Amino acid sequence: MVGIKSYGAHIPRFRLDRNIMQMALLFLGFAPLRGEKAVANWDEDSITMAVAAAKDCLRGEDSGKVDGCYFATTSQTYSLRQNAGIIAAALDLNTNCRTADFTDSTKSGTAALLAAADAVSSGSLNNCLISAADCRVSKVGSNGDYTYGDGGAAFLLGKDDVVATIDGSYCTTHDFVDRRRLEGERLEHMWEERFIRDAGYMKFIPEAAAGLVKKYNLTAKDFSKVIYACAFTGAHAALGKTLGLAPEQVQEPMLTTVGDTGVAQTLMMLVAALEDAKPGDKIMVISFGQGCDAMYLTVTDKIAMIKDKKAIKRNLANKVALGSYEKYLAFRKLMPCEIGIRGEETIFTSFSIISRESREIYGMVGTKCKKCGTPSWPVQRICPNPDCGAVDQMEAYKFSDKLGDIFTYTSDFLAPSIDPPASYGFIDFKGGGRAGLDFTDCDPNTIKVGMPVELAFRIKAADEKRAAINYGWKAMPIVA
Amino acid sequence: MAEGIKDKVAIIGMGCTKFGERFDASPQDLMVEAFVECLADSGLEKKDIQAAWWGVHMPDISVGRGATILGTTLKLPFIPITRVENFCATGSEALRGAVYGVASGAYDICLALGMEKLKDTGYGGLPLAGGMGYKMPLNSFNLTAPGGFAMMATKYFSKYNLNPQDGKMMLAKISAKSHRNGALNPKAHLRKEVTVEQVMNAPVIAWPLGLFDCCGVSDGSAAAIVCGADMVKKFRPDPVFVKSIQISVSSGEEMLYTKWDGAHVEPSYRAGIMAYKEAGIKNPREEVSMAEVHDCFSITEAVTMEDLQFSARGKVKDDIDAGRFNYDGAQPIQIDGGLKCFGHPIGASGLRMMYEMYKQLQGKADKRQLKDPKVGLTHNMGGFPSMCVVSVCIVGK
Repeated sequence: MVGIKSYGAHIPRFRLDRNIMQMALLFLGFAPLRGEKAVANWDEDSITMAVAAAKDCLRGEDSGKVDGCYFATTSQTYSLRQNAGIIAAALDLNTNCRTADFTDSTKSGTAALLAAADAVSSGSLNNCLISAADCRVSKVGSNGDYTYGDGGAAFLLGKDDVVATIDGSYCTTHDFVDRRRLEGERLEHMWEERFIRDAGYMKFIPEAAAGLVKKYNLTAKDFSKVIYACAFTGAHAALGKTLGLAPEQVQEPMLTTVGDTGVAQTLMMLVAALEDAKPGDKIMVISFGQGCDAMYLTVTDKIAMIKDKKAIKRNLANKVALGSYEKYLAFRKLMPCEIGIRGEETIFTSFSIISRESREIYGMVGTKCKKCGTPSWPVQRICPNPDCGAVDQMEAYKFSDKLGDIFTYTSDFLAPSIDPPASYGFIDFKGGGRAGLDFTDCDPNTIKVGMPVELAFRIKAADEKRAAINYGWKAMPIVA
Repeated sequence: MAEGIKDKVAIIGMGCTKFGERFDASPQDLMVEAFVECLADSGLEKKDIQAAWWGVHMPDISVGRGATILGTTLKLPFIPITRVENFCATGSEALRGAVYGVASGAYDICLALGMEKLKDTGYGGLPLAGGMGYKMPLNSFNLTAPGGFAMMATKYFSKYNLNPQDGKMMLAKISAKSHRNGALNPKAHLRKEVTVEQVMNAPVIAWPLGLFDCCGVSDGSAAAIVCGADMVKKFRPDPVFVKSIQISVSSGEEMLYTKWDGAHVEPSYRAGIMAYKEAGIKNPREEVSMAEVHDCFSITEAVTMEDLQFSARGKVKDDIDAGRFNYDGAQPIQIDGGLKCFGHPIGASGLRMMYEMYKQLQGKADKRQLKDPKVGLTHNMGGFPSMCVVSVCIVGK
């Protein structure tokens, strides 16, 4: 039976306290929501957060068997160039892989999940990875500015060894206009909050839930957890009562800890639910967009096998206060900032290099000498071991999933950065190999020689003249 | 069997501009300034020069590529000119070309001229100028020059168990020493003395390096005229003889393989060994009277003392504390103020260093004159500690 073989999630490390936003934005009006929101680092976007979630999901799995890679977002980096293709390259998936982007609606995450489930169910795909992430920007002081948070989730679907079976779905479509954005616009438009709440969430979520339980002859009491999208805390609580759920059946929506993560919201809640699930648990998921996708899953006894995957719990605990609304605006490029004339020197992005050397640049795949076993990154034809020097005896060697230690480092105030100092250094990898890498998600004051790191796929730089966001792997201190 | 170039070629004329933020001067102004002094010092006429080597590292931000700018600026009459570039060793590469041109027997008299105009970019630090190719930004770190060398300081401190305070103090003494020398040199860019405390408390540029751990960013030019040793007495009584010029370039093992300790520069060590062999020097600590080494950053000077075998591995701090490298020490280093005070107009630096060795050996170094130096050494290191080009030139009477 088709189901989830593995899952992963990503919540960015920075949190912005909505009280800090309120202090900066009081002249425009009151905050619609309290608590904090997760804010992507300056080098994160929907693609990198999807990769982070997918890397977590694929840990311990054979990524060589993945034959589908679906990505959902409403904050796509490229509108022409497949974002899922970049994710597949970052994960170094096989080239005989079906990839697709699902976009334009916040229910696209569940749409991708259901499409993947159907593909696996029909036998046309065996192991389909789906990832969903959003990094939405909204007008300063708007409802979205306050309520949106950033994050992502990923699932590997297959037929064998599934931790939860996907047992049924019920979908609705309404051309309901809560939020909209035309091609070429960066910031979205939102209709009246009361309308979205009362004519949207309060109407469509119960409709989808009722349709699902009727279709499969179930009742609300059958579910251990019910996950449903809602951007309003009050309405979310009210919906639980409308659906006839006891408080413990309602999956916490993380609105005051992470925020409304768009396409990823219900899927991140599903990961959170699976982190605590027991065999036999039934979980209902209802997303919201232009209508709803409702589905239900049954947890199997295999859930015990991946109990070490706790990305939501770990990432909720691993937080650093951003402390400044202005910094958030700078990170999201909502405010022009001076980073020095040096920073104006544009790099020239050559897409022929990126295409030719994608496995090295995006996949962090180097070489390993078959004669002496020395791994190298970047790719080498001639072994750098002075006692070997073998020519063309290399095999591909993936570094992105390897751990390493900081060999040496600096924190550099001269290097152009929106968040100086720029920290970087050399990493010595477990198993061999040394690479010079930028660091991310680290505190310059706590970096030490010998500190253990893992790798994260992040934005290196934007080359706006050539419509290029350039990505690569960075070193990041390991979060216990 | 190759026998090297020891004593086959002599330097008979040199020129060096005032270094600094020469907002007043075009690249061509700097080239002419160095050349006019050099030619006058040699006593030759322009028509005596048979071939020239021209060094500029970042011509794309100043005069453009190729050799034509040297010919057309100096009005050299259709002679062979070659443009050379090899990172921060560019000026020394120009000298090497001219010396080899004479040593080969192809020419009697050759010119080497290096120039760099860095201050037309509008920002501090070395310009980017696309110098590392299209791929570098795609798969490398956000590296700057101070950052690249700061990583060596981090590693040096870690390897030799220096806490940041002691490590920064060691480095601060290097910068304070060079500032003291530079204050005496009218051609230097930075001419103020600084205290060790000022150096240590300066704003951080790239941890652990602060502002005064970094050399200046300057414009400048320097030039040399060389001739065969057999004809040198025709031109001047006090020529300076080239004992060796060597270059060593990274093999990739430092950056790619995990044996390199990150706390020294392997090509500096290798170039030193080759140069000492060519010059017949057995004990560099005792035989080299003075040196201008590539102190782009204080840490570079520190490890270079060890790489060139002036200090034992891990022991440079003892020599610094003992004042060995001060103007009145046993082995003065950066007696002209170094890159620290001259700044580093890349194409000019190697020749600027040689200018000081030349003047010291001739006894013409004014207030900085050392007592009867016999052997001078210049050292350039270009690139980053993990991947670099190093030149070592040795000269004497």
